[in-house]
Amino acid sequence: MIALPSAPAPAPRRQLLVGTAVACAAGTALLGGMLALYLRFREVAIDSGTSWVPDGVNIPLVPANVMLCAFIPVCVFAQWAVYSAKRNDRPHTGLALGLVALIGIAYVNAQAYIYAQMELPVNEGTFGAMFYAITGVFTALVIAGVVFSAVTAFRYLGGRSSDREIVAAHALYWYFLSVAFCALWFVVYVTK
Amino acid sequence: MTTIDPHAASAPATAGSGVAGVAEWLTTTDHKRIGRLYLGAAALLLLATSAISVLLGIERISPTREWLEVGSLTQLFSLQRFGLTYLVLLPLIVGVATAIVPLQVGARSLAFPRLAVSGFWLWLLGAGLGIYSIINNGGPGGGNRRFVELFILCAALVMVGLLATVISLVTTILTTRAPGMNMRRLPYFTWSVLVAGLGLVVALPVLIGDLLYLYISYRYQSLSELSGNRALAQWAGFGFTQPTTLLFAIPALGLFADTVATATRQRLRPRGIIYTGIALVSVAVFATVLQAPATLRPGFTSAARGDQLADLLPFLLVHGLPLLGCFVAVALIAKGIAAKPKVIAPLVFALFASLTLLGAVAANAVNHVGDAALAGYTFEEGTWLAVVFAGVLTAMGAVAYWGPKWWGRSMPLKATLPLALLAFAGAQLASLPLLIAGFANQPGAVFATVEAGIDPVTKVPNDLVVNFDYSGPMELWNILSTAGHALMLLAVLAFVALALRSFLKGEAAGDDPFDGQTLEWATTSPAPYDNFAEVHIVQSAEPLLDLKPANRSDA
Repeated sequence: MIALPSAPAPAPRRQLLVGTAVACAAGTALLGGMLALYLRFREVAIDSGTSWVPDGVNIPLVPANVMLCAFIPVCVFAQWAVYSAKRNDRPHTGLALGLVALIGIAYVNAQAYIYAQMELPVNEGTFGAMFYAITGVFTALVIAGVVFSAVTAFRYLGGRSSDREIVAAHALYWYFLSVAFCALWFVVYVTK
Repeated sequence: MTTIDPHAASAPATAGSGVAGVAEWLTTTDHKRIGRLYLGAAALLLLATSAISVLLGIERISPTREWLEVGSLTQLFSLQRFGLTYLVLLPLIVGVATAIVPLQVGARSLAFPRLAVSGFWLWLLGAGLGIYSIINNGGPGGGNRRFVELFILCAALVMVGLLATVISLVTTILTTRAPGMNMRRLPYFTWSVLVAGLGLVVALPVLIGDLLYLYISYRYQSLSELSGNRALAQWAGFGFTQPTTLLFAIPALGLFADTVATATRQRLRPRGIIYTGIALVSVAVFATVLQAPATLRPGFTSAARGDQLADLLPFLLVHGLPLLGCFVAVALIAKGIAAKPKVIAPLVFALFASLTLLGAVAANAVNHVGDAALAGYTFEEGTWLAVVFAGVLTAMGAVAYWGPKWWGRSMPLKATLPLALLAFAGAQLASLPLLIAGFANQPGAVFATVEAGIDPVTKVPNDLVVNFDYSGPMELWNILSTAGHALMLLAVLAFVALALRSFLKGEAAGDDPFDGQTLEWATTSPAPYDNFAEVHIVQSAEPLLDLKPANRSDA
């Protein structure tokens, strides 16, 4: 066997953060592609003179706006968790992670409320199917985020307090969701 | 900052036998095993899809005698396209990369190995259920709605699985390199995997999103625009054709560069330009992201200057840059061969793979010139086959090259070299006649619009082709192409048999049987569970060559 000079093993760094960033890039491509197709179909419908949103269907905008606003505290709390973790402040880290997860659950609840209020069957034309597909995928990503928050909290509070990278990766994931929801809110809820 | 996991991954207590051994394989986190699982499964699927290709070729030769049921032809062509692209080409490349990249970058393990192995099982589940759905009259052109829906879900599952493993690979390259191995010192193969991996991270999710829309469309019958086989070809077809598939075969260039450097015992230069050339091929991903075919419309030469520019710029970006990059990379790497290399089978495989890929990239550019009038004909199919077989040749070369690191035994040179020639002949025979037939207006099999029919599921027009009323010189091209598929099947069968023989009772390989330059040759053959006994410091792009001045051609 060839003998190369050996080195003391450096500490692993940023593996989880980089992995999360790559996953976020994939998520951006997923949602970006779906939104692009949504826009394309909407353009075709409008150009052909047909109604894009079926008559009588009302998408409640207030809960959608609340969901958008909810992502502001999500970002603040996620960064608060990073800040607290750097200072080994376990109680505040746990509190911040818990609040992020709680808002995530509230988001899912608000989305379910919108579905219930719309009373739009999935098979009600192109708009209905695309609306459910794209908001459903985003809701699944939010649920994944809630799970991520829970795992992060359990790992950090369970004794791995030196594992701050997961807290940073968790924050990055929620930043991605926040930006993605801004695009989704504007395209699907505001301009429809 | 380059890092390596300081915690040597703990090896399984003992190599189990029977049920324990199987369970050990099923739950393995050893990247070499995960890669071999991909390779083994993809090799079996390659044999199956090659057999289908031969059957379809025979059907094309003989339009009067129907060997296959007409109703199943669309499904079989779709199975061939789906199978060779996502059950063979991509998993073969992902498998090779998973098995070797951590060794090349001096890592003790893959980043997120459980994610990578989960990706494999998701891919296998999707592949199995996808084939099952097609057998049950599902898939594109199928008449059973439930199984058509199942096929779409399975296709998405296959892509999610591959994406999971690709994310693991990309993260490994970006974060787990040995000390001193900066990005400019990455082995060429690892660089090509990184380039292809980043492209896939962007391209595959777009395809998954389209498949989700398609699933809802089929499931709820709600989107007439996204229903029927026309929709599958129109909205998800970009994932099964060029330029998207070019991404999958980029590692052919990396293997070529690594094997040339090894065989000539020289430092392959200029490193930066070769890196750039390989990276430029991935620019093809813009066609996927932008969903733009970037075609030079018919009448391009007589169009107004503004219209010409509007066509030419995207064409050059999506098709011109990959062609330029591929040509520059192949030319510069091939220039290294002038240094009288030692002839090793992996080099021959890699040379053939790179030439086939270069031909495919060039053919793809021609296919998007509107005045050539090739759309809907077999030219596209020939280009696609060239890409697939470039990937297959790459995988065969990689197994011949890195096999000793995976199972500690060498493949015999005398037996492997003829197989490289046979496989290359098969690849060219299978694809070139279809390119020629495309110029002679032979209708393409899947993504053409010739036969009008009614989709049995959605009752909307079906544009897929099952028309084989060929005669005259077409018959010759079809015979040659079928012979190519048969040769390829033979070559793959022989190669698998040879690899198995080598695995079971081959000659024991040394730690560095090819006199290599990169880190994987600095550990034992086969590599231990955690790859390296100690962490190495890398001081150049060819760390092992630095230690062998006597062998260097530039010494």
